[in-house]
Amino acid sequence: MSRKITIEPVTRVEGHGKVTIHLDKAGEVSQSRLHIVEFRGFERFVQGRPYWEVPVLVQRLCGICPVSHHLAAAKAVDVIAGAGTGDGLTVTGEKMRRLMHYAQFFQSHVLHFFHLVSPDLLLGVDADPAIRNIIGVALQHKDLAVQGVMMRKFGQELIEVTAGKKIHGTGAIPGGVNKNLSIEERDRFLKGADPLNADKMIEWSVAALDLFKDYYGKNKDMIDGFSHFPSNHLSLVRKDGALDFYHGGIRAVDSEGNKIIDYADYQDYTNIIGEGVKSWSYMKFPYLLSLGEEEGWYRVGPLARLNTCDFIPSPLAQKEFELFKAHTNGKPNNMCMHYHWARIIEILHSAEVIKELLEDPDLQGTDLVASGERKDEGVGLVEAPRGTLFHHYNVNEDDQITMCNLIVSTTNNNVPMNKAVNFVAKAQMSGQAEITEPMMNMVEVAIRAYDPCLSCATHALGEMPLEVTMLDADGNEITSRKR
Amino acid sequence: MSEFVSFKIDGKQCMGRAGEYITEAAERNNIYIPTLCDYKGTAPKASCRVCTVKVNGRVMTSCTTPLQEGMEIENETAEIQDIRSGIIELLFAEGNHLCPSCEKSGSCELQALGYRFRMMVPRFPYLFPVREIDASHPKLIKDHNRCILCKRCVRVMKDEKGRSFFAFYKRGAKLEITIAPELADKITDEVAQQAMDVCPTGALLKKRKGWDVPVGKRLFDMKPIGSEFEQVK
Repeated sequence: MSRKITIEPVTRVEGHGKVTIHLDKAGEVSQSRLHIVEFRGFERFVQGRPYWEVPVLVQRLCGICPVSHHLAAAKAVDVIAGAGTGDGLTVTGEKMRRLMHYAQFFQSHVLHFFHLVSPDLLLGVDADPAIRNIIGVALQHKDLAVQGVMMRKFGQELIEVTAGKKIHGTGAIPGGVNKNLSIEERDRFLKGADPLNADKMIEWSVAALDLFKDYYGKNKDMIDGFSHFPSNHLSLVRKDGALDFYHGGIRAVDSEGNKIIDYADYQDYTNIIGEGVKSWSYMKFPYLLSLGEEEGWYRVGPLARLNTCDFIPSPLAQKEFELFKAHTNGKPNNMCMHYHWARIIEILHSAEVIKELLEDPDLQGTDLVASGERKDEGVGLVEAPRGTLFHHYNVNEDDQITMCNLIVSTTNNNVPMNKAVNFVAKAQMSGQAEITEPMMNMVEVAIRAYDPCLSCATHALGEMPLEVTMLDADGNEITSRKR
Repeated sequence: MSEFVSFKIDGKQCMGRAGEYITEAAERNNIYIPTLCDYKGTAPKASCRVCTVKVNGRVMTSCTTPLQEGMEIENETAEIQDIRSGIIELLFAEGNHLCPSCEKSGSCELQALGYRFRMMVPRFPYLFPVREIDASHPKLIKDHNRCILCKRCVRVMKDEKGRSFFAFYKRGAKLEITIAPELADKITDEVAQQAMDVCPTGALLKKRKGWDVPVGKRLFDMKPIGSEFEQVK
C-alpha cells in the first residue's frame, strides 16, 4: 500500500515546525513526532578553513544567539591554540567573554519572554492569533512592551561593545579577546541615564518575575499540569555546583535529583554523550551513554540548569531560586511550563552578573590573549540561552579544520520536545477527527516553552508557522492543518 | 625635469607631469580614482580594470595611461561609475568572497570598493568555482577562492636579490598564484604579514592571525577607501 510522504526538507530560513500525530487502531494517540527539517551543512563546509576563523564563521548558524556559538567555538579553539581548557585565559580575557555572554543571555531571554511568551500570558493562550503577539501587548500594556524593547537594547548594546557588533561580532579570538572595556563604555552601562543602566535592568527583571508569578498564581493548574513528565537534566555547573553559563563541568541528574554525572570534563564528552538518529528528522537525538538511547535522553536549558545547579551565585536570583526549588521540595522540576519561570530567574541573574562585571576593574586590563602549545583537537562548551552547546574541532598540521561536530541546544532538547508534543496530543487529540485551532495553539505552546532554535525562523510576529498531520495506524493521512 | 601639462578631470582644471600615469596625476590633484591591482612604487599592471576612465572619449585604464597635455578625463560620470561597479561585481561573482568570516574583512580593498559602489548583489550570476585553500606553507595560507589575480604579490613581494616570492602558475581559468619553491623557506612571519597587507583581498593570510583587530578599528572602518582625497576637497 502506498503511503503519502509529507515531510519536505526546507531550510530553517523557511522554517516551520512539522508535527505528525500517529493514531493506533482505536483512534488513540500512540506517538507524536516533531520533525526538524533544517539542514545547514556547517559541519561540512567549515572543513578546510583555518581554525582561527571558526569563532567568526560558525556563529553564522544563528542570528539570535550567535554569541553562544562564537564563544563555544572560541573555547574549542583556545584548546587548539594552547590556551587551556577554560581556565587558561587572562583575567581580562575571561571576564570580557563573560560580560559578552551574560549580555547575550539577558537579551535572548528577554526577547523570548517579552516578545514571544508575554502575549500568551497577558492576552491568553486561546486569544486570537491576530492580536496574540507583541504588537497586541504593546497596544494593551505599553509600559511592559517598552520594558522588553529597552531591556533587549541594553543587552544588544553591551554585546556591541564587547564583541564589536550587536550580531555576529568578532570579540573572542583564539586564546582571549581583541579588546577590553574602556571606562567610557563601562560608565555608559553602569551609570547611563534611565532606563539604560544595570540597576534599572535588575529592577525590571524583578518586575518580569513578579508578572510571571502573578500569572502563575492565577493559572497554577495549567502551568503545573501542562506537559509534565519526568526526565534527566543536563548542564554545565561551576566546580562548587553554582550556576555558570560560561564554563564548568558537565553535570547530569535524574528526575529525582540523583547525580548521574558530576563535573565531568567536557573535553571527554564523546565518552559521555551519544547521538542517535531517526529516519524522520535531520536532527540528532543525544543521550547519556551510561543510560543508553532509550533511557538516557535529557532536558537542557533554563529548567535543566536550575535542576542541576546547587545555587545561583547572585543574591536576588538566589532568593528566587530558593522559591523555585521549594515548589518541588528541592527535587528536580519536570514541569514544561516552568521553563518560563526558570528563564526569568536567569534574566535576573544575568542582570546581576552584568552589574558585578561592569564594576570589576579587571575589564580595563590590557593583557588580553594567552597562548601555549598547539593542539590538534579542541572541545568548547557553553550554556547557551536554550541549553548546553557543544563545539568540537580537529585540525591538521596545516591548521585546517578536518572535523567539526556541533550539538546545539535545541538538538539536546529533541526528545523532550517530542515528548512534550506527545503529551499535548494525547490530552487534546485522542479520539478527535479534526485538528482545531486551539489544538494547534497547545502544540505551539508546548514547543515554545523550550524556546527552540527552530524559532529563529518562527520569531516572526504572530503565530508560529506550523503543520500538524494526523496519521492512522497504517500510516495514512487522516487530516492535516497548516498555517 | 618633466614637463608640466594641464588637463581636466570631470571638468576640473588640473596640473601634472607629462608622462606620469593618470592615477598618479589625479592623486596629486586630490582626485580619487579607484584601483585594485595598482600598488604605489611598482610598475602598473592594469589587470583589474577598476581604474577605468574615459580619456578624450575613449575608455582607458588610468594606471597605465601616461598623461598628456590637454587630456579631458571622465572619472565620476554615471557611465564610468557603472563600468567600475560592473567590474567589481564581476570580481565578486567570479570568486568565492565570503566576507563575514574573512580575516581581511574591514581591511579588504575589494570589499571597501563594494561598499563604495554600494553593491547590493552582483548583476552577474555567481560562478561558485571549486578552488582550494593551500595551507601547506608554515607561515602563509593561500585562499584561491579570494584571489583576483591582480599579481600585486608577484610584483611587490621580492627578496633582497629582487626575486619574487610568488609567481603565476597554470593557465587560463586555472591560473593561480603559487609560492616560488626555492624561496618558500625565506617567507618569515614578517614577510607573510607584508604579503597579507599587499594583497587587496584575503587571498594571502598570515597564519594564526585572526581577528586581533576589533571591528571598528580596521583599516577602512577608520577611513573609507578614497576618503583621504575627498577630505582635502
